Amino acid sequence: MNKYYWLIPILPLLGAAFNGMLGKRAGKGSVTAVGVGVVLASLLLAFSAFFAMKALPDHRLVLNYGEWMLTGSMAVPFGLVIDPLSGTMMLIVAGVGFLIHLYSVGYMHAEEGYARFFSYLNLFVFFMLTLILGSSLPLMFVGWEGVGLCSYLLIGYYFETDFAPQAGLKAFLFNRVGDLGVSIGMLVLFAAFGTLTISDILTQAGHLAPEASFGILTFATLMLFVGATGKSAQIPLYLWLPDAMAGPTPVSALIHAATMVTSGIYMICRLAPLYTLTPISLDVVAWVGAATALFAATIGLFQRDIKKVLAYSTVSQLGYMFLGLGAAGFAAGFFHVFTHAWFKALLFLGAGSAITAMHHEQDLFKMGGLKNKTKITFITMVAGTVAIMGFPGTSGFFSKDEILYLAYLKSPALWAVGVVAACCTSFYMWRLMALAFWGEPRDHHAYEHAHESPLSMTVPLMVLAVGSLFWGFWGVPEAFGGHFAIGEWLKPALTYGQTHAAHGHHEGPAVLLAAISTTLGLVFGFLGWSKYKNGPAWELAFAEKFPTVHRVLVNKYYVDEGVELYLLRPIRWFGNLMWKLFDVIIIDGVGVNLPGALARVSGDFTALFQTGRVRNYALSMALGAAILLYVFLK
Amino acid sequence: MTWLNLHPLTFLVFAPTVLGFLLMALPHALGKLARLLGFLGALAIFVLSLAWLLGHAPAAGGTVMAERTPWFTLVGLPVDYALAVDGLNLWLVLLTTFLVPLTMLGTWNSLKDRLGTFAALFLLLETGMLGALVAQDLFVFYLFWEAMLIPMYFMIGVWGGDERRYAANKFFLYTLSGSLLWLVALLYLANKAGGFNPAVMAQAASALPFGVQGWLFIAFAVAFAIKVPLFPLHTWLPDAHVQAPTAGSVILAGVLLKLGGYGFIRFAIPMFPQAAMHYAKPIALLSVIAIVYGALVAMVQRDIKKLVAYSSVSHMGFVMLGLASMTVIGTQGAMLQMLNHGISTGALFLLVGMLYDRAHTRMIADFGGVAVKMPIFTTFFMIVTLSSIGLPLTNGFVGEFWILNGTFLSGFQWGRLYACLATSGVVLGAVYMLWMFMRVFWGPENKDEDSGTHHLHSDLNAREIAVMLPVVVLIVWMGVHPKTFVAASETPVTALLQEVKAPAPRTFILTPAVHEASEAHEAVGAAGAHAPEAPTAHEVHQ
Repeated sequence: MNKYYWLIPILPLLGAAFNGMLGKRAGKGSVTAVGVGVVLASLLLAFSAFFAMKALPDHRLVLNYGEWMLTGSMAVPFGLVIDPLSGTMMLIVAGVGFLIHLYSVGYMHAEEGYARFFSYLNLFVFFMLTLILGSSLPLMFVGWEGVGLCSYLLIGYYFETDFAPQAGLKAFLFNRVGDLGVSIGMLVLFAAFGTLTISDILTQAGHLAPEASFGILTFATLMLFVGATGKSAQIPLYLWLPDAMAGPTPVSALIHAATMVTSGIYMICRLAPLYTLTPISLDVVAWVGAATALFAATIGLFQRDIKKVLAYSTVSQLGYMFLGLGAAGFAAGFFHVFTHAWFKALLFLGAGSAITAMHHEQDLFKMGGLKNKTKITFITMVAGTVAIMGFPGTSGFFSKDEILYLAYLKSPALWAVGVVAACCTSFYMWRLMALAFWGEPRDHHAYEHAHESPLSMTVPLMVLAVGSLFWGFWGVPEAFGGHFAIGEWLKPALTYGQTHAAHGHHEGPAVLLAAISTTLGLVFGFLGWSKYKNGPAWELAFAEKFPTVHRVLVNKYYVDEGVELYLLRPIRWFGNLMWKLFDVIIIDGVGVNLPGALARVSGDFTALFQTGRVRNYALSMALGAAILLYVFLK
Repeated sequence: MTWLNLHPLTFLVFAPTVLGFLLMALPHALGKLARLLGFLGALAIFVLSLAWLLGHAPAAGGTVMAERTPWFTLVGLPVDYALAVDGLNLWLVLLTTFLVPLTMLGTWNSLKDRLGTFAALFLLLETGMLGALVAQDLFVFYLFWEAMLIPMYFMIGVWGGDERRYAANKFFLYTLSGSLLWLVALLYLANKAGGFNPAVMAQAASALPFGVQGWLFIAFAVAFAIKVPLFPLHTWLPDAHVQAPTAGSVILAGVLLKLGGYGFIRFAIPMFPQAAMHYAKPIALLSVIAIVYGALVAMVQRDIKKLVAYSSVSHMGFVMLGLASMTVIGTQGAMLQMLNHGISTGALFLLVGMLYDRAHTRMIADFGGVAVKMPIFTTFFMIVTLSSIGLPLTNGFVGEFWILNGTFLSGFQWGRLYACLATSGVVLGAVYMLWMFMRVFWGPENKDEDSGTHHLHSDLNAREIAVMLPVVVLIVWMGVHPKTFVAASETPVTALLQEVKAPAPRTFILTPAVHEASEAHEAVGAAGAHAPEAPTAHEVHQ
C-alpha cells in the first residue's frame, strides 16, 4: 500500500481539477460523485496509512518523491511524514472534511456555482493535507498558503455581492501578514540549521546546548508564532475570521472552525521541540492565547448574527489551544484541536441547518421556537453546546480541563483568565440556544415554513454529535482516573527524543480546579438560558442600563475601525505620497524633465540667433571680428 | 546545410531580421498576410531554438553552442564576432523566442493599421534581444543592446497611447544616457586590454587601481540598472509601459528588463568582482527600496496597466537583491525570478490588453463584476495573479524564496534585515494585486452605461485561450519542478561566485562572525553536494 499514499493529498487535487474545469459541463451528479468520492477515497487511504504507521515500531512513516527546490546548499524534497501527530490530524481533516462534503451536497444543491464550490472545497482538502503531511517547512508552507487561498476563494464565493469579496480579501491579507512571520522564521531556521526538513531541524535542535541557540531559536519561534496568529486568528491578526462568515456555512464549519484555523496550533505542535527550548516564546504563546480567549469570548456575548457568535467562539477556543501549548501542554492543546473539531463543526452545521430552516435568516433576534420544528438539529446542537461548555463527561470537559489545569501550573493568573472566558462561553452559547430554539417564534412567516433539513445534512450532524459527546475518553486525565492516552500516543512526535519531558509534573488540586470551573460554567450557562429563553427582552434592558458596555461589545471594541483609521489609511496615504512626491516631482521633475527642459530652453535660446537672415549673421560676424581684434591687438 | 551547421546562432539571431525586411517589402494592403507570416516565422524560430538548444548536450563548460570569428577593428581594437549560448543565457534565449510568437498571437487584433510594419519591427527587436543575449564580445553586445532601442522606440512612438511621444522619448533618452557613460568606460577598458573580449578585459581591469575599477563598475552598473530598472532609475518604465501597445509592454517587461539583470551576471559582476562585492551592499539596499517602494506605489494606481508596471519595479527589485546577495541560492533565485517575471508579468500585460481591446479602458474604477461576464478570463487572471504574488507551487514562490534565503545568508552587514524587509514586499504584492482583482472582477456587476464592464460582450476566444494555456502550464511547471529551468545555470553561477569571492580582500564587506557561516554554506553549494552539512546555530551566533 505504501506506494499509493501520495494519493492521499493528490486525489482531492484531481477532484478539484475535474470539478473546476469540467464540472459545469459534467452536471451536478458527476460533481457530487467526484467531489465527495475523492475525499472518501482519500479518507480510506488515510486510515490505511494510519494503521501502517501504527504498526511500525517507531511510529514514523517517511515517504519521499524527489526533489522540489534544489540549488546551492538548499535541498527541499517532496516528502510526506506520517507519525502520530500528522496521522491523527490527517484523519481529523479527511474525516470531518468528508462529513462536510456530504453535508454540502444538501446545503448547496440549489447553487449556481455548485461545481465551483466543490472544486474549491476539494482544493482545500489537498492543501490542508499537504500542510499536515509535508516533511519540510517549505512544503508545509505550500499547504499553509494554499489553505489561505482556498479560504479566500470560498469566503468570496458569493463574489457578486458587496461584502463577500471584501471579507475574502481581508482574510487573505491578514493571513499574508502572518505568512511573513513564517517566511522569516524559515529564513532564520535555514541559516541556523542549513536544512528545512522538519525532522532534521528537530533532531539537531535536540542536540544543542540550550543556552547556545537561545536567541536565534527564540526569534525563529516567535516569528513562526506570528504566522500562527494569522492562520489561527489570534490577537492581533484575528480580525479576518469573524468576517469570514460571509462564506457558505459548510465552509465556516470545515475551514473556519474545524481544520484550517487549527493549523497554527498544529505547526507549533509539529515544532514542539523547538518551542520547548524557548521558554520566552512559550510565555508569549500562553499569554496571547489567554488574552484572545477572553477578549473574543466577551465580544461573543452580544452578537446577534448566529454565525458571528460561533466565529468569536472559535477565536476564543483557539485561544484556549494556544494557552495549552504555551503551558507546554502540546498534547493538551492538540487534544482540544481534536475535540473542538467535532463540536464546533457540529455547531456550525447545526446553525446552517437552522439558517436554512429560517430561510437564510441569521439574526438570532428573529429566530425562536425552532426546537419544535427541527428536532434533530435541536438535539444535536444541545450535544455540541454541552460539549463546548465543558459539561462533565463530554469531550470538551476533558480537553478544556486539561488546558486549564496546565495553565494553573504555569501561573494561576492564566487559569483565572481561562475560567472567566469559560464562563462567557457558557453564557453566550446558552444565549444562542435559547434565542434560536426556545421561546415564541419572532418571525412567524419564516417559522411557519421552517422544516427539518434533508438526511445528507442531518446524518453528519448526528455523527458529529456522538463524537462531541464521547470522543473525550481518549484523553481522560490522571486526576479523573484516566491515563491521558492521547498524550502517550503523541509523545514520540512531540518530543523527538528530547530528554526533558514536554509536560511538567502533574501536581496541584486538579479535582478542585475542575470543580470550580465546571460549576461556574454551569451557573453562567443557566444564566444565559434563563435570561433569553423568552426572547431578547433582557438584553434590551441591559443595553439601556449600560449603553456604553453594550455598544462597545456589540461593535467589537471598534478594532476594525481603528485599523482602518490608524493603519490602512496612513499606508495608502504614504503610497500616494511616494508616487506623487518622489516619482512625479523629485525623480521625474527635478531629475529627468528639468534637464530635459533646460536642454530645450537653451536650444530655444540659441535658436533665437539662427534667424536665417544674412545681415544678422554678417552683423554678428563683424561684431565677433571686432571683439577678437580688440582682444588680440590690445 | 553546412553553413547552418556552423552558424546556427547566427541563423537564430538574424533570421527574424531577414524575415522582417521581407515583410517590410510587402505592400501595405497585405498587412494581414504580413502579420500571419511574421507569426509563423517567429513560431518556427521558437521551435528551432527549442530543438537546437535543448537537443544539444552542453559541453564541459556548460556551453551549448558557440561561434567566434574576427570581425573588424575599431580604432586599433579587434572586435570578435563571438556568440554563445551557455547556462547563463540558455533559458533567457528560450524565453525570448517563446514570448515573441506568443505575444504576436495574443495581440492579433489589437492593432488596426500598419500591421506589416509592426510585425517587421517586432522581428527586428527579436534580433536585437537575441543578439544581446548571446553576444560574447562586449562591443557586439553593445551594438545589439543599442539596436534593441530603435524598434521599441518606434513601437511606442507610433502605435502607443495618447502621450506616446513623451513616453518614447523618455524611454530612448533615459536608456541612451546610461549607455553613453557605459560606452566611455567600455572604450577606456578596451584600450587597456587591447580588445573587447570580456575575459581579457576582466584581467586588465583587475590590474587597475581599485578606485578605477569601482568607477568602471559603476558605469556598467548604471547602464544595466536603468534597464532593470532599479530604483531610483525606474521612472521611464511606467510611462513606457502605459503608452506602449500591449505587444510592446509584454516584450519590454518580458525580455528587455531581463537584459539589465543579465548584464550584471554576465559582465558587470565577473569583470569587476572586487568592485561588485564592494557595491553589493548599496545595490541590495536599493533593491529592497525598489521592492517596497514599487509595491507601495503600485497599490495606489488607478490604471491597471500602470499598476502592473510598478509591480515590475518591485519584482525586478527581487532579481537585483538576489544578484547582490552574491550567494549561489540568491543568484539562482534571481535567474529563476527573471524567467518568472517574464512569464507572469508578460502574461499580465497580455491579459490587460485583452481587457482593453474589449472595454477601451484600463481604469480600475470603470470595472467591477467582470467575473460574471468573463469567467474564463477571470480564471486565467486569477492564476497569473497568484503566480505574481508568489503563491507556493507557482513559479513566483521559488524564485523569491531562494532570493530571500540567499540574502539572509549573504553575510554582509544588514543582510538579514534586508531579507526581512524584502519579505514584506511579498505581503504588499498580495495587497495591490488582490485589491485590484477584487475591484475589477468581483463585486456587483458595474451596470453603468460608460463603464468598462458594460462593454464586455465576449469571454476569451479560442485564440486567446491558446495563448494563456502554455503560460499556465509554465507557471505550474516552474513552481513544481524549477530544476528544469535552473539546472543549466547551477554550474556557471557556482563557478562565477567562487571566482568573485576568491580574491581575499572581502573582509571589509563581511563581518567576521557571519562570514564563517556563509562560507560554510557556499562551500557546500560549490562542491555540488546537496546534502548540506549545516553549521549549527551555535556557530552562526557565536
